[in-house]
Amino acid sequence: MMHEIFSFVRGPMVWIAFTVFTVGSLYRFISMWRLAKKKDSVVFNYFSFFYALRSIGHWIFPFAGVNMRKHPAMTVVAFLFHICLFVVPIFLSAHVIMFKESWNISWRWLPDPAADIMVMIVIVCCLFFWGRRIFLKEVRYLTSVSDYLILAAVAAPFISGLWAYHQWTAFSAVMIVHIISGEILLMIIPFTKLSHMLFFPFTRGYMGSEFGAVRHAKDW
Amino acid sequence: MTKQSPANIATIPDEGIDKGGQRLTTDQITRVISRHLEEEGGARLKIYMETCVHCGLCSDACHFYLSNDHDPKFSPAGKVKQALAPIIRKKGRVSVDFIKKASEIAFTECNLCRRCVMYCPFGINIAYLMLFIRRICHKLGVVPQYIQDTAHSHSATMNQMWVKEDEWIDTLHWQEDEARDEIENLRIPLEKEGADIFYSVIGPEPKFRAQLIYQAAVIMNAAGMDWTMPATSGWDNSDMCMYTGDEEMVARLKKVHFEAAMRLKTKRIVMGECGHAFRSVHDVGNRYLGWKMSPLSVIHAIEFYYELFRDRKLRVRQKYSIPVTLHDPCNVVRGGGLHELARYVIHETCSRFVEMHPNREHNYCCGAGGGVINCGPPYTKKRESSSKVKADQLADAMARGAKVIIAPCHNCHSGLEDTVKHYGLDMEIKFLGDIIYECIYK
Repeated sequence: MMHEIFSFVRGPMVWIAFTVFTVGSLYRFISMWRLAKKKDSVVFNYFSFFYALRSIGHWIFPFAGVNMRKHPAMTVVAFLFHICLFVVPIFLSAHVIMFKESWNISWRWLPDPAADIMVMIVIVCCLFFWGRRIFLKEVRYLTSVSDYLILAAVAAPFISGLWAYHQWTAFSAVMIVHIISGEILLMIIPFTKLSHMLFFPFTRGYMGSEFGAVRHAKDW
Repeated sequence: MTKQSPANIATIPDEGIDKGGQRLTTDQITRVISRHLEEEGGARLKIYMETCVHCGLCSDACHFYLSNDHDPKFSPAGKVKQALAPIIRKKGRVSVDFIKKASEIAFTECNLCRRCVMYCPFGINIAYLMLFIRRICHKLGVVPQYIQDTAHSHSATMNQMWVKEDEWIDTLHWQEDEARDEIENLRIPLEKEGADIFYSVIGPEPKFRAQLIYQAAVIMNAAGMDWTMPATSGWDNSDMCMYTGDEEMVARLKKVHFEAAMRLKTKRIVMGECGHAFRSVHDVGNRYLGWKMSPLSVIHAIEFYYELFRDRKLRVRQKYSIPVTLHDPCNVVRGGGLHELARYVIHETCSRFVEMHPNREHNYCCGAGGGVINCGPPYTKKRESSSKVKADQLADAMARGAKVIIAPCHNCHSGLEDTVKHYGLDMEIKFLGDIIYECIYK
């Protein structure tokens, strides 16, 4: 039984997850593009690549903006979190080896102890975000159940991955949890608030264009 | 017992909201909003609402939040949560009371200053979302009475203050007469075809602050400018309809303004020291008319004064010696990037300048802009208590010697006057034009 579930989540489910993620993201991009063409032509008319990149550049560089300097802990955590969140799944040796075995392609991977630390960083960052939602009244006020669920969805593959890697108790079952939660995370990206991953360059870029080209002002 | 913050004390009822609400039913509200969402709720609305991760980082941008004891209800995202999120979630099926509350939030608890846009990592335009609510309220007829009155004036008279055409012309003649006591042969040229400059002002100038037109005439005269003002509609560049959500009127107003300048075959429009009018002419109204940028060159008074000093058209007789500080108005600084030019003019005309902090794009709003002061007496107390952080900022500049606040914007001017009075600050508020008028060789 366990074996069957494992081969399903390790096999067809992976394809499903990646397909939902890619097709879902494409669908979101295309439908949003068409909606914008229809009702927000202003976005296309005023979009300026130079000012979009100027704004994005300032916001993906730690402490480049005033608000980032106002919240140093949040800035450090947010950057560490996002970097580790992307780097670990892509460059984890176990993940690369699976690609090697399946398709005979591979790339450089992280040393396991480094990945181990980065996973723990992601988990600690999630705890930090959780704490913000509980203890900071301006964040608590905005927080709804879905915000906790999304946070849990992000943390789950990392916690279970760490667990399985260290072969703590019932690790083979946890391994299945790890795979499923990773797949769920991938699939919900286009359809939840995690879609900021897709749309960040556009929202930031559009605002950067308006502030830069029309209003001749900074937006950071 | 819950602590009642001063911002929640409503003493004067608002008939615009109360009576407007009485006329509505839930069905009507649902019908209007769902049509509005269908027609105007596009990708920006969708993405802004869907990608906001509720991080709360916009809070520190907002003077309402900072001034009201960090009450999260006043944070930018907090206002969206209260006034817009339920509308989207319930697809417009909201109650009359909800709409009344949403109207109060969108009209009187946000100055549309766009400071939070600079604090949101994603660049979510919360001012756009607040305007989206205001437009819904406009369509539902639930708009604060005082600002709605200015919008009515706009649509009936094409100016903000119910000024009739003969009153406008008469005011200019009166100011010309007055100015001739000081400067012989000074003219306020009306209807001069082919002049270099079309000078436009906001409705309140002829109504309450006619001396500003006098001063402008003196400055134009001293600099030897070839300028004119129209005798017809189009002299008023202000635009409260932009803030009530009446976009159709915005387009009509700007059309009349641009067409007056073009009818007179002037080369460019120079605007008086007003912020929201600049936003309307430079950034908003042109869009509703289908112009990417304004159809003829438009510059704000700050830039005009800057040119006059840069080109040595004006000469300073004696620099203004009382220490000054500068309030950067949101619509010309965050909305026009004129902060360094304003400083240039100040350095040319004043001997001591004290920066307030934060400044430039990060300056705190005066608390009056975005049509908030135009919502009138029912909200004055809330506006004053919500300017506490502004008062602290001014007090700090005062402690470092500043005695005069230069505010090159009418709304800021009025807002700062209330703040200074309410918090007992010993400071005077002036326009750049006031300072220039005092200092130059006439």
